[in-house]
Amino acid sequence: MSEIEGIYAIWLREAKIYMREKERVISSIVSPLLWIFAFGAGVGSTIETIEGYNYQVFIYPGVIVMTVLFASLFYGVYIIWDRKLDFLKEVLVAPVSRASVFAGKVLGGATDAMIQVVFLLIIGLFISVPLTPLVIIKAFLMLLLISIAMVSIGLVIGANLKSPEGFTLVINFVMWPMFFFSGALFPVGNLSGWLYAVTFINPLTYGVDAVRGIILGTHQFPILLDVAVMFVFAVIAMGIGVLSFRRM
Amino acid sequence: MHTKPEGCFSEEPVVIKTEVLTKKYGKISAVDSMNLEVKEGEIFGLLGPNGAGKTTLISMLCTILKPTSGKAWVNGFDIVKDPGKVRKSIGIVFQSPSVDDLLTGRENLQMHNLLFGVPREIRKQRISEVLSIVNLEKRADDLVNTYSGGMRRRLELARGIMHHPKILFLDEPTLGLDPQTREHIWEYISDLAVKECMTVMLTTHYMEEAENLCDRIAIIDYGKIVVLDSPSELKNQIVGDVVKLKLRTPDTEALKKLEYVRKIEVKEGLLYLSIKDASKHLQDLLTHTGPIDFVEVRSGTLNDVFMHYTGREIREGEAEGGFWERMMKK
Ligand SMILES: Nc1ncnc2c1ncn2[C@@H]1O[C@H](COP(=O)(O)OP(=O)(O)OP(=O)(O)O)[C@@H](O)[C@H]1O
Ligand SMILES: [Mg+2]
Repeated sequence: MSEIEGIYAIWLREAKIYMREKERVISSIVSPLLWIFAFGAGVGSTIETIEGYNYQVFIYPGVIVMTVLFASLFYGVYIIWDRKLDFLKEVLVAPVSRASVFAGKVLGGATDAMIQVVFLLIIGLFISVPLTPLVIIKAFLMLLLISIAMVSIGLVIGANLKSPEGFTLVINFVMWPMFFFSGALFPVGNLSGWLYAVTFINPLTYGVDAVRGIILGTHQFPILLDVAVMFVFAVIAMGIGVLSFRRM
Repeated sequence: MHTKPEGCFSEEPVVIKTEVLTKKYGKISAVDSMNLEVKEGEIFGLLGPNGAGKTTLISMLCTILKPTSGKAWVNGFDIVKDPGKVRKSIGIVFQSPSVDDLLTGRENLQMHNLLFGVPREIRKQRISEVLSIVNLEKRADDLVNTYSGGMRRRLELARGIMHHPKILFLDEPTLGLDPQTREHIWEYISDLAVKECMTVMLTTHYMEEAENLCDRIAIIDYGKIVVLDSPSELKNQIVGDVVKLKLRTPDTEALKKLEYVRKIEVKEGLLYLSIKDASKHLQDLLTHTGPIDFVEVRSGTLNDVFMHYTGREIREGEAEGGFWERMMKK
């Protein structure tokens, strides 16, 4: 009981702070809009169609996954700020397990990301993405799974580093390769040789594949496999996360 | 002085115990082989100059810092092996601020209630209780980043005591607080110590505060306990009374031989003598000083005791060159 209340307390604080920091909300919504409208429409005008969809619609699932990826990974930096501002101490001396502290933080980060997802799903309705209620629910759950995995990774990095600058440095080495070799912006089948091989060991490939499969119906792997890979990845990331929090 | 609560002593009256507890930062021993026992219901003061190791000791006891070596138990639980149970037993007000800026005062307290498992039925009541102690009722629903420094401190205190912990650690809790607030808070804490048999370990640089509140005081320096006793004993043993003199012929040799003179200091042309019992020995003393221009007698304070054990005069004169040793280390 008290563990659940602890998780709730931490989540609530994260959610409140997110809503109070307007810059965070605004910036996280502006960048995916730019991708869809500027990049999607711009590049889209030079490309005919991909797998039967115009480019803007083709990258739509990828852009949502990207938004989740960025928001979730970067969320880890706030743990560094918490520590810098000494607020973290209050949580670390509390009689709730570190697993609960971690869980509360993961939920907080996932909430940030999923608020953006909701926003993007609404946009999707206006750019003729084929979204039915069932598709929306399925996509939402898949994106939540991706978010939980990526928030965990971000928190692991945040828990082990001391400075926000260090965090940004490390996260760039994690985020961009994951993103580029995931097929979010182009079908990975076009990549050659070892680059193509890289996409297979990138967990995000399966996340993108699942979301695209759910929304557009085109996918490379069976969706169940996608979900399984992502699930295992999330469990491992959370395990490492709890260990990192215990050492804090 | 704080009167000991009656009948609260459980079978194991020692609630904080350390055994050669040590924390090293590189070559510096912030806490150096410390042995300490604090009894249940006691208000225990840690005094010491900046960098003495007070915060480091408290951080280890409340499990946010791992000792380099040695052991410690809080409420009977090993701080390294059983940190979860230690955390269930304690409350702490940190030296550095740790309230959340982007939450309101009340939200900070609500969060604390949830994190520290305050029973649902009494949450509201506790919040209004502590808010009134620290006089923040009117500002409770403002964001903390609109508070003044002292108000933040007050909120922090309110939060630390709100869940009525069994053992309360206070690291310079009253730093920057106005006298009214201080009085309020100490009243409340002393009251809790009696009613709920709460043990308090506090650090402060206000000697008067320590003298009035603490049952026992440990003066620590360089990570070691220099002396540990009740405030009145400390004063009796060390300073007794202080006689301030201005001599015509500043010759202290004769005075050094007097058995009741414990310590002689010269500051700005004035002579400071620590005397066992001035009312008894003053007459005799003056026969040894020669003609004087000025004399003043006052009873010793904890401040004198503190200076005696940690003051620069002593440190520089140390035979082992302790002072220089430290200088080299830094
Ligand atoms: N994170 C750290 N890294 C290196 N040295 C540290 C660290 N924290 C404390 N120290 C050193 O440990 C010693 C004790 O510090 P501590 O904070 O415990 O002192 P304190 O008695 O609380 O002093 P103050 O009255 O200033 O609060 C100091 O020499 C300090 O420089
Ligand atoms: Mg300190």
